[in-house]
Amino acid sequence: MSKDLRNPLARARGLGSAKEGVGHWMTQRLTALALVFLTLWFVITVLGLMHADYATARATIAKPWNAVLLIALIVTMFKHAVLGLQVVIEDYVHTRWLEMTSLVLIKFIAVLAALTGVLAVLRIALGS
Amino acid sequence: MAQTGRPLSPHLQVYKWQVQMASSILHRVTGIILAVGSLLIVWGLAALAAGQDAFATFSACAASPFGTIVMIGWTLVFFYHLCNGIRHLVQDTGKGYAIESFVRSSWMAIIVSIVLTVAVWAYVLTGSHA
Repeated sequence: MSKDLRNPLARARGLGSAKEGVGHWMTQRLTALALVFLTLWFVITVLGLMHADYATARATIAKPWNAVLLIALIVTMFKHAVLGLQVVIEDYVHTRWLEMTSLVLIKFIAVLAALTGVLAVLRIALGS
Repeated sequence: MAQTGRPLSPHLQVYKWQVQMASSILHRVTGIILAVGSLLIVWGLAALAAGQDAFATFSACAASPFGTIVMIGWTLVFFYHLCNGIRHLVQDTGKGYAIESFVRSSWMAIIVSIVLTVAVWAYVLTGSHA
């Protein structure tokens, strides 16, 4: 029997050099799973709008369900992208200052782009 | 590469080419491309929100020959990352690591993504639904 009275989960939490345990790995998978459905819905929606005029495209995006799914897509997509790009940068960029700069830069760009996308959908959905 | 002066292990060129190498590195390459592509999606949405003129500019760019090539390329890249991503999610459950199925699923991700891209663009370009 183990002498450690702590719950195994408590010991497993927060492992690794960054003390964030499996958080990065798990979030990457959860967002991936969500994106399987969200991106397929998005591609089908865009295909339906391929030859639509401005008013039709706007009216389609303005529908509550479409607006909600689109905002979910934007947020999930940029979270997933940052997690993926982070791994690529950590693997291949070995000059420390360049690595840190890239890691900060992708996060700044992703947050700004996600906010821009969400604001755009809200403007369309709320009709302003 | 940091100049540490340490000896290096043999690199890619000493290994026989295998499809798993391609499917693995393609997942990263397509991921990077999709990250850039997501900015274009935001551009489209922002243009749609901004008004008819801004959206007309976006539509014209998308419909131009270069824009069409970008969209076809995006479709292939997207379907590949999707197929191989699903493959990785299945592998995360511990399945599909036998060499034979590992190789087979690599080829499947590549082939299915090409088939889906052709199907989507055949649908768009034949325009029977327009």
